[in-house]
Amino acid sequence: MAWYFFRRVLQMIPVFIGATFLIYFMVFALPGDPVLAMFGDKTPSPAIVAELRAQYNLDKPFIVQYLLYLGGLFTFDFGTSFSGRPVSDLLASAFPITFKLAMLAIAFEAIAGIAIGLFAGLRKGKLFDASALVVSLLLISVPTFVIGFVLQYVFAVQLGWVNATVGQGAPLKDLILPAIVLASVSFAYIVRLTRTSVSDNLGADYVRTATAKGLSRGRVVRVHVLRNSLIPVVTFLGTDIGALMVGAIVTEGIFNIKGVGGTVYQAIIRGEGPTVVSFVAVMVIIFMVANLLVDLLYALLDPRIRYAK
Amino acid sequence: MTQESSHTMNATTAPTTGRPLLEVTDLEVSFHTQNGIVNAVRGVSFSLNAGESLAIVGESGSGKSTSATAIIDLLPGTGKVTGGSIRLDGTELVGISRAEMEAIRGSQIGYVPQDPMSNLNPVWNIGFQVMETLLANGIAKSRKEAEAKAIQVLQDAGLPDAGKRLRQYPHQFSGGMRQRALIGIGLSSQPKLLIADEPTSALDVTVQRVILDHLNTLTRELGTSVIFITHDLGLAAERAEKLVVMYRGQVVESGPSREILANPLHPYTQRLVAAAPSLASRRMQAVKSHENVAIAAPTAALDLTLIERAEQREEAATAASPIISLRDVTKQYKIRTGGFKTELFTAVDKVSFDVHPGTTTAIVGESGSGKSTIAKMVLKLEDVTAGNVLVDGTDVTAIRSAKDVLAFRRRVQPVFQDPYGTLDPLYNIAQTIAEPLVVHGVGTAKERTARVRELLDQVSLPVSTMSRYPNELSGGQRQRIAVARALALKPDVLVLDEAVSALDVLVQGQILNLLTELQSEMGLSYLFITHDLAVVRLVADSVCVMKSGQIVESATTDEVFDSPREQYTKDLLAAIPGAGIELGA
Amino acid sequence: MPNNDSRSPEHYVAPLDETPLLVIDKVDENAKPSNLWLDAWRSLRHSPIFWISSSMILFILFVGLFPFLFTNEPPNNKCDLDNSNGGPEAGHPFGFTKLGCDVFARVVYGAQPSLTVGITATLLVVIVGVILGALAGFYGGFFDTIISRVGDMFFAIPVVLGAIVLMQTLSGTRNALTVALILSIFAWPQVARITRGAVLSAKNSDYVTASIALGVTRFRVLMRHVLPNSLAPVIVVATVSLGTFIVAEATLSYLGVGLPSSVMSWGNDISQAQSSIRTAPQTLLYPAGALSLTVLSFLMLGDVVRDALDPKARAR
Repeated sequence: MAWYFFRRVLQMIPVFIGATFLIYFMVFALPGDPVLAMFGDKTPSPAIVAELRAQYNLDKPFIVQYLLYLGGLFTFDFGTSFSGRPVSDLLASAFPITFKLAMLAIAFEAIAGIAIGLFAGLRKGKLFDASALVVSLLLISVPTFVIGFVLQYVFAVQLGWVNATVGQGAPLKDLILPAIVLASVSFAYIVRLTRTSVSDNLGADYVRTATAKGLSRGRVVRVHVLRNSLIPVVTFLGTDIGALMVGAIVTEGIFNIKGVGGTVYQAIIRGEGPTVVSFVAVMVIIFMVANLLVDLLYALLDPRIRYAK
Repeated sequence: MTQESSHTMNATTAPTTGRPLLEVTDLEVSFHTQNGIVNAVRGVSFSLNAGESLAIVGESGSGKSTSATAIIDLLPGTGKVTGGSIRLDGTELVGISRAEMEAIRGSQIGYVPQDPMSNLNPVWNIGFQVMETLLANGIAKSRKEAEAKAIQVLQDAGLPDAGKRLRQYPHQFSGGMRQRALIGIGLSSQPKLLIADEPTSALDVTVQRVILDHLNTLTRELGTSVIFITHDLGLAAERAEKLVVMYRGQVVESGPSREILANPLHPYTQRLVAAAPSLASRRMQAVKSHENVAIAAPTAALDLTLIERAEQREEAATAASPIISLRDVTKQYKIRTGGFKTELFTAVDKVSFDVHPGTTTAIVGESGSGKSTIAKMVLKLEDVTAGNVLVDGTDVTAIRSAKDVLAFRRRVQPVFQDPYGTLDPLYNIAQTIAEPLVVHGVGTAKERTARVRELLDQVSLPVSTMSRYPNELSGGQRQRIAVARALALKPDVLVLDEAVSALDVLVQGQILNLLTELQSEMGLSYLFITHDLAVVRLVADSVCVMKSGQIVESATTDEVFDSPREQYTKDLLAAIPGAGIELGA
Repeated sequence: MPNNDSRSPEHYVAPLDETPLLVIDKVDENAKPSNLWLDAWRSLRHSPIFWISSSMILFILFVGLFPFLFTNEPPNNKCDLDNSNGGPEAGHPFGFTKLGCDVFARVVYGAQPSLTVGITATLLVVIVGVILGALAGFYGGFFDTIISRVGDMFFAIPVVLGAIVLMQTLSGTRNALTVALILSIFAWPQVARITRGAVLSAKNSDYVTASIALGVTRFRVLMRHVLPNSLAPVIVVATVSLGTFIVAEATLSYLGVGLPSSVMSWGNDISQAQSSIRTAPQTLLYPAGALSLTVLSFLMLGDVVRDALDPKARAR
């Protein structure tokens, strides 16, 4: 297990360096003035331009610029936002809110997705299964922001059950609807994945053997079918964190949540390029770290990984 | 007779209530498929007394496994019992509720599955999987008790260090150890009946023998009745008192094993007995007695040609210089041993042998013995670490230029084991057989088509096969295509890597017959790689026995079978199922 | 009844006419011809979902190619603020947008950019992913290490996040092709991974070894045997990706970093409808519905094709 963890961290280092380099390269090494390009149609004040040039060391060779940026990342210096505030300051207030929202979303998509996927897999070809498939396909087809508008309109505006926007401090009850919106697409994927995985595992030899041993149907399903079906679902959760981040930008924008996603959303809308770039870089880093954690969870679930040399 | 009959005596003295333990009457099982309803089992009846053992024998698709799994209601997919009755100790099992069946499984009827690799759940440790069986069947009341009993179960199943093994996971076990664990699980609740579905067919013969012996001892101690499902007539006769022969979903013959083997009455059983390599080829002359079998088994003809050919080959072998000659061939691989360390693993260790023109040399060994690596090196698919491979005097290892490699490929061709993997599923048969001709630029398109027809004829397949695709053909037919493809360039040598191992015994006999005919027609030399000593007897002129990368014994086939020198060879011979059974006239 | 009533096993033989012997391993010359693609087609032919989704896709492609056949409104010319957020009326079945444009015409004309992005990005991803994945899987070693590691780096950046950053810096040249290009920059590793896996398993099959032993060159083996046998999963992923690229484009446009707002696209229209959802839900509903139906069609097609190409699923 320790060896596995060590190896995963080791593998992550070049990926981390490569990915941050890619982002940095895309922003600063492409033709044109990167600082001006960040502002799009708007004209920034010369002071901000000068500060950005200094911050990104644009006077130095490209590779030095990147190394200085990378060094900054390790000291939690993520750059400066459009308004001149350090990104790390903005993060400190925004991250906890997004974390809370993301945890709610993951809890929802995992619990509901696995439960519905399990029932659909056990009743493959029946009405419940068919409806679960149709609903999941629909959820994947409709963009998150449309689901967001519609749910916001129906539950907040029409029915008045919840607030249309999230209030100060992001109380939990305000976050429930945004979390459902955020989780919707991933929920659909988890339903489909669990269903396939469960129906595959139902046909596995070890499940037949477990039945032959005299175990009850319920125990066979819980201990052998479900447990084994969770392995691909956990792997999916790893890559899904990336989708959740994109979703967070959209969802937090719609519900006016002042989290990481909301900040990026506002920055994009206002054309504040530096803020966007800095925040997205941080999101990529979070994505990688989260993936590492999911890999550990995966190892806990699958002894073949855990004991691999 | 032999010691098995005393076993019968014990069983019949076991207390019974005057009726059989298991009575299967007119069993009907059908599957719902895209092409309609398939009746996989039709009117099957058999019965089994307490303490008795019975074997259901048949080819793949004969319905033998389906009949057995129907007993514990574990039919796969859409399978359903549509008629008949199954009585255990007088209680009807057909149509009982799920809960009632759950109470019978494990505690009354145990089950040992076929493939040890896929039948243990990879995410739970062995102890957990034994303990849950004990708890579910009420053998243990607490976890602590279950753990103590689980250790006992694994010990009884012949796993040393059972206490430590409890915490290990299936992937840390070898195939033989997993099968022992599965046998332990199957017997853990001391059922009255054990169903063993090809329990050892995935294992090496020597391991197979040890495990079957152990299973025998355990069931005899417990007085358990056993149903073996097997494709191997020799194994069935050796391990069971009663035999049920199934063919196309029906029982064609049943009765005492020895009697059926000595005097098969149904033509299908006669075919099976004649074709079973482990039985029929006990001695080549002995097989002649099957000539008078009414519906002649293809192998009967084979046996005659074999004898003729053997005489011719013996002359040839001494005369000419070897067509293939290996001199101190060694192959080493780097393997990772954890962390960043690697270690050299010697797969083949200083192996030398010759194949003489027009003869067959067999390489026999268990999995991991290095026999397939030799095949790959002779085919120049793997490089040699040290030593020389000479084909007709030329050192193959030294060939470098593309032209010379191509010239070499024309002379040495392979046929592989898996009939389902050996042909590209997207190529039709004509394209498949013509590919070597195209690659080597032989003939015009028209000439190539003519050659494909000729080759199909040589492997006894109709010309209409040309437009078919591999998935439309049976395993045996695919192997014929593979042989035709290998022959397209008129090679001198065929390397047959387990070429008949995956086939049902009758089909296997047919292909062996074909290979023997082709050898005599074309003067081909065969390098015959196999794990199955019984088949070797049918086709090989000389044998090399391999173990852990080395040749431990090398001699003519008759010498190896009649007077083996090495203990390992003796073990292998003894492990052939049914080897000890003397056939009646 | 054979040996039921008897305790001592009697020797039972079935009459031969009950189970006549067949010739061993006879070729059934009357069997229907079949191979992987033919079997897949047979199973697709009987699937209503296949016909529904593929005819939907054909219809949407037709609309995208020839929008002027479906509406005689040149959509941007006749926007009339008097009709702002107006409901359906004769000749304008879907009503009007906030700026008084005909929603129906905008939905019809909006198909083209969405499809262009989806199709172009899919083509790029498949070309790059299949070539790199096949090289990595087939030649292994150095190729594999480099391609897989570089793929990991791109894979570590979620597609839309990466696209947001790049589109941000490319503000001057935003159009359907750049959006497609940028989406494919971050999406190719998925196809490469799948191709690599399929190629690896095909490479280790006996028919490939047999071909090499026949003297077929490695490149020919790759092109003639390995690649054709690795395409099935790629086709499935490509179909599904096409749908998800369309959603990604809409998301980027919604955020304002996709297609410029002057381009008529479903994403832009949905984005603009956000403010008028209470007064004129039709401005949101129709473009969102068109987009979702398109994506749904591709997802459903991917689903049925996956089932058809997987012999295991078909047998069940």
